[in-house]
Amino acid sequence: MSAGKEYVCVMRVHGDFDLDELRRVVREFTGPIYQRPPLRSAVKRVVRVRRVYYIKILEVSGRDVLMRVGVEAGTYIRKLCHDIGEVLGCGAHMQELRRTRVGPFREDETLVTLQDVLDAYKIWTELGDDKYIRKVILPVEVGVSHLPKVIIKDSAVDAICHGASLAVTGILRVETGIKVTDLVALFTQKGELVALGEATMRSEEMVSSRRGIAVKVTRVIMRPGTYPPVWRIRKSR
Amino acid sequence: MSLPIDVTREVLIREEGVSDERYGKPPPKRSVEELLDAGIINLDKPPGPTSHEVVAWVKRILNLDRAGHAGTLDSPN
Repeated sequence: MSAGKEYVCVMRVHGDFDLDELRRVVREFTGPIYQRPPLRSAVKRVVRVRRVYYIKILEVSGRDVLMRVGVEAGTYIRKLCHDIGEVLGCGAHMQELRRTRVGPFREDETLVTLQDVLDAYKIWTELGDDKYIRKVILPVEVGVSHLPKVIIKDSAVDAICHGASLAVTGILRVETGIKVTDLVALFTQKGELVALGEATMRSEEMVSSRRGIAVKVTRVIMRPGTYPPVWRIRKSR
Repeated sequence: MSLPIDVTREVLIREEGVSDERYGKPPPKRSVEELLDAGIINLDKPPGPTSHEVVAWVKRILNLDRAGHAGTLDSPN
């Protein structure tokens, strides 16, 4: 997922340190930082730039530091802790880690445990009550709620479901801030996710252009046939 | 403390439209079967088992043919 992430972690510092000094070092690690992926990692080990959006020191207990960290995808928190320790002078390592956010997913009322999933499913299948299973399984739309939306006409839906690109003439509404190559979500007027795609125009152009392709579809979510195939009728004539 | 995706977006209107009520339906009106066919669980993964193992359990609990996950937390020690 390319969306930003947030973690809460415990960093164990390998020596005594001054809290103001730590605050200063932590400030140095916000913004763009260089990181080489650790030995045991899934990606090529070359130095790369990652953005740290925020680091908040929540609590300090002896040499343990509890921090909340917001970062760009692909940032290693273990490495971040180690590097903070280096700059601090005495070294440090990551003692504990919990992810508290990935894009639209947070530690909120939607977060459920395996036990919640099992209970909700049993209550639905055995007692016929769907109240809990509906809280556990969220519509796919929730997973793309962080992406800019493009609302399309009913007549454009089925063509998109078959992988066609979105022409500006199929657009009704567009959210601001879309730039070329941005990932966008195509929605029906009823709020259903149709597909994901790569913008080939900015938001303003999607609204003002007379013709042209606005979005190149990369992933279709809705099943073809959900909306009528207006585009086919014309073709068969 | 916000991520870049937390921007608020305005809506630009190109054209007014009406949706045909005979096709599709708003997400809250989906049946549980439809949610099971394509839905998302914000799961609090217990430490220990891998994401892969947890996905297999969820698949079994919900009697699914297909399931996956997005994002593994850190590499094993």
